[in-house]
Amino acid sequence: MDTAALEERFQARIDADERIEPKDWMPDGYRRALIRQMAQHAHSEIVGMLPEGNWITRAPTLKRKAILMAKVQDEGGHGAYLYGATETLGVTRAALIEELLAGSAKYSSIFNYPTPTWADIGAIGWLVDGAAIMNQIPLCRCSYGPYARAMVRICKEESFHQRQGYDIMLALARGTEAQRRMAQGALDRWWWPALMMFGPPDAESKHSAQSMRWKVKRFTNDELRERFIEFTVPQAEYLGLSIPQGTIDWNEFHEVLRGNGPCNRERLEARRRAHQNGGWVREAALAYAEKHRSGYREAVQ
Amino acid sequence: MSTRGDSGNHGAFVLRLADSNLVLAQRLGEWIGHAPALEEDLGLANTALDLLGQARLLLTYAGALEGRGRDEDALAYLREEGEYLNCALAEQPNGDFGDTLARQFLFDAWQLPLYERLASSRDPQLAAIAARGVKEARYHLRYSSGWVVRLGDGTAESHGRVQGSLERLWPYTAELFDADDIDRAMQVAGIGVDLGAVRVDWEQTVAAVLAEATLARPGDRPWHWYGKRGEHGEHLGHMLAQMQALQRAHPGARW
Ligand SMILES: [Fe+2]
Ligand SMILES: [Fe+2]
Repeated sequence: MDTAALEERFQARIDADERIEPKDWMPDGYRRALIRQMAQHAHSEIVGMLPEGNWITRAPTLKRKAILMAKVQDEGGHGAYLYGATETLGVTRAALIEELLAGSAKYSSIFNYPTPTWADIGAIGWLVDGAAIMNQIPLCRCSYGPYARAMVRICKEESFHQRQGYDIMLALARGTEAQRRMAQGALDRWWWPALMMFGPPDAESKHSAQSMRWKVKRFTNDELRERFIEFTVPQAEYLGLSIPQGTIDWNEFHEVLRGNGPCNRERLEARRRAHQNGGWVREAALAYAEKHRSGYREAVQ
Repeated sequence: MSTRGDSGNHGAFVLRLADSNLVLAQRLGEWIGHAPALEEDLGLANTALDLLGQARLLLTYAGALEGRGRDEDALAYLREEGEYLNCALAEQPNGDFGDTLARQFLFDAWQLPLYERLASSRDPQLAAIAARGVKEARYHLRYSSGWVVRLGDGTAESHGRVQGSLERLWPYTAELFDADDIDRAMQVAGIGVDLGAVRVDWEQTVAAVLAEATLARPGDRPWHWYGKRGEHGEHLGHMLAQMQALQRAHPGARW
């Protein structure tokens, strides 16, 4: 069969809502687009551990500490799971991580914002995990099987995170004057970056049309953003907090994407430092595995 | 179960267990997101979460024994350094991954046989917490001893590093087995355990794992630390300053 015929058959399967599996034929563009999106998603989970990890040692109660630790651990698990799903497309996790550390791979810009107060942990759960869910629920029906299945599992945990984040905000909103100020400050800081998580406006979105045709994407950026706003505004009202007025600063969006956000440098440096400091450990594990492959002992004795 | 004079000992005994878990969980929590590989972020978080869970049960129980209305958070966040009764081993800084895993191994190899015995304590609450802890401690020990073996028998660099970790941490293991009045009173009351017997198990585990890891057992040296009596070195104060910051800055606030 020639490529045109294969492509036609592929599109017909997509149109019939069939799932594409790793061994199926797929167009190079589809494979590349998925690798890009899934790796970016996996990197986001890993980098996302950093701003929240910032509060593990300082969580204000032991229960909150346990919940936060479990949450950050979940995100690491999502990363591992997504790297695994991406590997079904013929890339290795090690290569993807190299790209992240080299600064040539993208991750969600939201994690380039700092978490100066405890309320930021609440706001991240409520708004960032909330926005992630909006983005990801449609992906549970994504045309690529391994990605769709990963998303089903991940979405369950993200909605847990969202509720826990809201619960932090609720405690603060019902707390002392200082706590309420802390909560409002965090909402002010995270509102616009959360809205930017849905990506550029539809008119500027490079990848949207083809992704929709391939059913890797099912709603446009603006549709999802509007849905998120509708969903979140009443939640803020219930907290007695006010949603910031104004419009999205797309200039800020592009600057953060270009590496000029408040914490881009710190986040990448933290990942690089962990990788470098762990080099001797990974080498030791490899050397040990190598030595203890069957036969080695006999050979050296 | 305990005489009036024993109730203070009983509370302190439970608090020692609680604090060692809490302090070590706090240390492990510093790693999450910064480990040598993603699997190790997850593994260290697992152990940290288990220890924190045990600490919460034990603190709540210690508060009940004390009878002054202090809950887990009052005990964790509003006690000073000198009131913390964790073993000094638990508060030692993370250092590199080898230091952390060596510390964890020495701790797990002690906690498992301790919990196994506490599971048949005459104190039913403590016995229940320990019985649950046995399963977790066994898993932690498998994880930490696995790493001690891989690092010890890995490369020349990793071998040298983890041997150094053991040498540095070794003096802090002595107090784990050095029974004082509280330990003895609790043993007599059937609440505590025979630390000498725990030591026999610990020595066996340590000998077996170090042999497999091609590491040498450090020599016993005099030690100066009695964390379990509230006598700490310089590290715990910094840890508590960080851990307790919000509770101290917002007295009485609910979170
Ligand atoms: Fe996640
Ligand atoms: Fe999440």
